[in-house]
Amino acid sequence: MLDSALKVFTMGRNLARLLEGLGITLQISLTAVGLSLLLGVPMGLLMASRKPVFPALLRLYLEFIRVMPILVLLFLFYYSLSKFWNINLSAMSVSILVFTLWGAGEMSDLVRGAVTSVSRHQWESGRALGLSEVEVSLFIIIPQAIRRLLPGVINLTTRMVKTTPFVFFINLPDLVKVGQQIVEVAGMRNPLASVWVYGFIFLIYFLICYPISLFSRYLERRWQN
Amino acid sequence: MDLTYILDKSPVFVAAAKLTLVLAFWGVILSAALGLMCAVTRFYRWPLVSQLAGAYIELARNTPLMVQLFFLYFGLPRVGLVLSGQTCAIVGLTFLGGAYMAEAFRGGLAAVGKDQVEAGLSIGLGRFQLLRYVVAPQALAVSLPAISATVIFLMKETSVFSIVAIPDLMYVAKDLLKEGRGAETNFLLCAAYLTIILPVSLIFARLEKRLRFAGFGS
Amino acid sequence: MAIGPEVLKIKDLKKSFGETAVLKGLTLTVRQGEVLVIIGPSGCGKSTLLRCLNGLEKVNGGEIVFGGQFLTDPQTNWSRTRQRIGMVFQNYELFPHLTALENILLGPLRVQNRKKEEALAVAEGWLTRVGLWDRRDAYPRELSGGQKQRVAIVRALAMDPEIMLFDEVTASLDPEMVREVLDVILTLAKEGLTMLIVTHEMAFAKAVADRIIFLDEGVIVEDASPTVFFENPATERAKKFLNIFQYDDYHKNEGAKGDSGDSPLTPPVIF
Repeated sequence: MLDSALKVFTMGRNLARLLEGLGITLQISLTAVGLSLLLGVPMGLLMASRKPVFPALLRLYLEFIRVMPILVLLFLFYYSLSKFWNINLSAMSVSILVFTLWGAGEMSDLVRGAVTSVSRHQWESGRALGLSEVEVSLFIIIPQAIRRLLPGVINLTTRMVKTTPFVFFINLPDLVKVGQQIVEVAGMRNPLASVWVYGFIFLIYFLICYPISLFSRYLERRWQN
Repeated sequence: MDLTYILDKSPVFVAAAKLTLVLAFWGVILSAALGLMCAVTRFYRWPLVSQLAGAYIELARNTPLMVQLFFLYFGLPRVGLVLSGQTCAIVGLTFLGGAYMAEAFRGGLAAVGKDQVEAGLSIGLGRFQLLRYVVAPQALAVSLPAISATVIFLMKETSVFSIVAIPDLMYVAKDLLKEGRGAETNFLLCAAYLTIILPVSLIFARLEKRLRFAGFGS
Repeated sequence: MAIGPEVLKIKDLKKSFGETAVLKGLTLTVRQGEVLVIIGPSGCGKSTLLRCLNGLEKVNGGEIVFGGQFLTDPQTNWSRTRQRIGMVFQNYELFPHLTALENILLGPLRVQNRKKEEALAVAEGWLTRVGLWDRRDAYPRELSGGQKQRVAIVRALAMDPEIMLFDEVTASLDPEMVREVLDVILTLAKEGLTMLIVTHEMAFAKAVADRIIFLDEGVIVEDASPTVFFENPATERAKKFLNIFQYDDYHKNEGAKGDSGDSPLTPPVIF
């Protein structure tokens, strides 16, 4: 039994290829998280503003992103952009683009929630102390908002990581795609290959996501009071 | 865009959308049942089962559905357990969704204060009556946003079902893309998902609003 | 109203939370129709005592006998016992998803399996008496604090309890609403309901109590009639406690009478 497992991972460059797949998985999710933060923060601040046009438009965008499966968006951009508008993007770029579009939407909602959840009394008591609006934002609102924001951002990161296998559908050699290729080759001689490889991938995802979600929960608990 | 082509192909999408909807329906119902069971075992802190439920929740929440499906569909037959594509799809979705539902319910149960429980006890309610008449109604109201998010998340996750050879919307779309009518195919694909997911999202939004006006839960 | 036979006997009751002993051997007897007001500084164990009597806290030692039944017996059927002991909490704790009437009917219908018409008649009687029958279909969030607390009292009374426990029931109320709640309790006292009341309202305590129990650091320091306790407390601790409620000696433009500058109302000297 264990013998067959050992064989799958030591055959050829199998383990190295799986790790390369993992690299692609992480590259997509981490880049997308970074870009989502960059775009999502100003979007969220706009959503929290009281001017009517921006919040409504952004709300519409967010609802669309939330209703549409990420996989559909990947298809849309991969097959439509390149073939019909003559923009040639690699599968990698499309993945990062789509994940960022999704992430920025979710991020903006997190930012909006964090900013509006700091109570108005905090604003008022800051102003009553004689602080300027900028000072109140800087010293009172933003530190509190960040505390409320961070667990959500970390949560979104694990969601991104867990969504990366979707790039399988546009033929990007991520962890899952590489796993499938290995199973196809090794499976002929080694019937248990699929159990080991998919079990291994399952474990890797768990080992990445579980500590991150533990950390997010820890922060939430610590900052609740 | 070619309207006749769209009309021509729409029956295929309607059939696929129906299949997606049916699978999602069972996935959501079974997830809710499994989630409720887990949440209740954790609420009463029944020894052993509550730890088991906790471990399951962490495992399911921290791994992608696609990997779970691959394991079910390609891995399990090798150790003697052959499941059909549809069974895999529903089992996989329930495995994933049960954990999310459990967390949604847990959040609601946790939001019902200890004082409410004591008030219920003080009028002599038993453990089950307490859950049924005092805790559950309030918890459900608090859980609703999380439940709604989970239902929509699960409906969207059905989009990967084609990897276990189910002729769902993505499967059909991928097939049609070979005919070279990308714009029409993508239009149909988007329209189909909007038609099945948007109404659900709107219904939940209304429910949440109603409960907010009812004024409990927050 | 005549005082009847003993209904509640507490003997050497002990309760601690972890290392901290909150009740350190409490002995107390309550007779039917008696109204006991329990006072004392915060953290003295007043609320814990009431919670032990209703089984909301597990007791560490001693005995509680209620109507011939040992409540300290681990086999106690609390659901049945709690029907005979009504409790009202500081923060009302009405069920927010039920109307006032539904809050009141939940116990009689679900726990006591009484007939609907009968339970309704009882609820109508009590709600009318506390002046809230026309608010029966209101949800708790639509009621004022004083109204909520009156509904909470009726919810406990509707179970037809033999004794009522009031745990600082006016502590969360705006001052103008305190009276309407206390008046209800006062009426109940006149009708001979046995009650244990934890409160910080000293004037009310004087008016309602048959006996004042002064609790400090987990023991009963004084057990006396209100006249004796308020006019002539026997212990230093009680005198000191009662002083907290006295402002007569001070006026902001004069120094404190009797002692020099060390009164709690004089700001501390910093420089």
